[in-house]
Amino acid sequence: MEATAPAIAPGEPLSAAAAMRRPSRFGDKAFEWLTLAMALTVVVLIILIGWQLWDGSALAVKKFGFHFLVTSTWDPVADQFGALPFIYGTLISSLIALLIAVPLGIATAAYLTELAPLWIRQPLVSLIEMLAAIPSVILGLWGIFVMIPWLRDYPLPLLKRFFGWTPFFSGPIYGPCMLAGGIIIAVMILPIITSVSREILRSVPDLQREAAYGLGATRWEATRIAVLSYAKKGLFGAVILGLGRALGETMAVTMVIGNTPQIAASLFKPGYTLASVLANEFTEATSDIYLQALFEIGLVLFGITILVNLLAQLLLRTIATTSATRAVQ
Amino acid sequence: MHLERAHHHTWRKIKSALASGIAFASALLVIAPMGLVFFYLVVNGASSVNWDFFTKLPAPVGAVGGGMANAIVGSLELLALAGAIGIPIGVLGGVYLAEYGSARLNSVLRFLADVLNGVPSITWGVVVYGLVVLRFKGFSAYAGGLALGLIMIPLILRTTEEIILLVPNGYREAALALGVSRWKTIVHIVLKTASKGIITGILLALARVGGETAPLLFTAFGNHFWNHSLSQPIAALPLQVFTYAISPYDDWHRQAWAGALVRI
Repeated sequence: MEATAPAIAPGEPLSAAAAMRRPSRFGDKAFEWLTLAMALTVVVLIILIGWQLWDGSALAVKKFGFHFLVTSTWDPVADQFGALPFIYGTLISSLIALLIAVPLGIATAAYLTELAPLWIRQPLVSLIEMLAAIPSVILGLWGIFVMIPWLRDYPLPLLKRFFGWTPFFSGPIYGPCMLAGGIIIAVMILPIITSVSREILRSVPDLQREAAYGLGATRWEATRIAVLSYAKKGLFGAVILGLGRALGETMAVTMVIGNTPQIAASLFKPGYTLASVLANEFTEATSDIYLQALFEIGLVLFGITILVNLLAQLLLRTIATTSATRAVQ
Repeated sequence: MHLERAHHHTWRKIKSALASGIAFASALLVIAPMGLVFFYLVVNGASSVNWDFFTKLPAPVGAVGGGMANAIVGSLELLALAGAIGIPIGVLGGVYLAEYGSARLNSVLRFLADVLNGVPSITWGVVVYGLVVLRFKGFSAYAGGLALGLIMIPLILRTTEEIILLVPNGYREAALALGVSRWKTIVHIVLKTASKGIITGILLALARVGGETAPLLFTAFGNHFWNHSLSQPIAALPLQVFTYAISPYDDWHRQAWAGALVRI
């Protein structure tokens, strides 16, 4: 920084005059091009990911074709690869996570912007930001050693007792299972759903609230009628954004979901997700076609998350305020 | 009639209080896992965090003690590599979005950066594996650093842009009016004014990738010993926590808790 001191430094009238006479157009152009090149890396990176995944899985795509997505045999020894159990596991675990995280996240956001006493808001927001800072692997560690034993001993048997007649909560309870995976994903995506929803609720104009209160609404009525329904679209965007994160969540899920490629109705059975099979088997891939199949898994995961994220960004952008997009990070 | 009205009114008030109560309960539920995680980290990890932990290599299975010195240093090396890639690209890209370009192009770039932020971190691991590990036939610190660096780019780019936009236009105009060239105005006036915010953004990005494990699994790979060359596999704290947590040994579990505690 010091080497290229400002053109106008005190006691240097000559260089100041020089700068006045001919502003260095070259420096300006060069700097603009340099920053443009850096900004364009985002385009390059997206293309690079797509190309690398496509290139890495070309053989597998050719060999298995569309069947890759709809067959459920995953047998590296026999070189048979079908991704259906992983796609199923990813979708179901994310669905469970959304079922838990969406009502909790939106209710918390409503509490933080509309219902809570003012003094409690900032501390709660800071706590939620800290939750977002817990690395996935640490949450997974906690999941293995604390959450799973607790789930196995208390809530799961209760679920089984009352809902055991449905296919979802039947069968033996092992510990690591689809439900545990869904719950841990819910914890991972709660901060983002909450903070994005909060920004969206904050961007609802005060006129809305004033109108509701003016008509004699109670606090909750104003929140429900004037704020939540006004912000519907943005909240939907927040949910989709959360879904995007849920689909790609890797470490914590890998540690609690049980990692068994099967499609079972019971949520007590272990499952497997696209991201976890990559985490577990990538370094073990012994044959070329095995590695190619894993690249194809990566391609499927990238395809799904990019679509979901595009949708989320479009939804959020229509109501874009800079603050809402800031919370995305 | 009057009474009915009053009843109705109290009922609405009760409903409002009830809704607030439920919302408060959800807020508690949201932050509960954090409290629990911290509690267990301290309870399980504190006893294993000692001098050895910071200075010794991991002990072999069965042997008591040992530390994670190599993983702590490895994590720092990886972050330095990641920063070398992510910081310049992210900051300069952010400058472009804030200072140059057309509204149209910039909104597209901004959009793509946000989409990139949503790409699962494991995807980056797979891509860098294909780009670097397969090509140069070996896991390396470079590959791990690159994966983390690429993740940082869109993060830093967006925060830098937003901080720069907060710098009042008067500053730019004042410098330009004195005959300072545009790029010097940006470097010396705008970036200097925004430096605090930009540095905060960089630190947040470093903290975020510092906890990433997924992109390192098949790039940096992990290492039980000291790393002597950046073209060799390297250990990282989150990676070590993962390896230890899924292992069947009690000793290693204790070390995993300790590693997690240090990481926080």
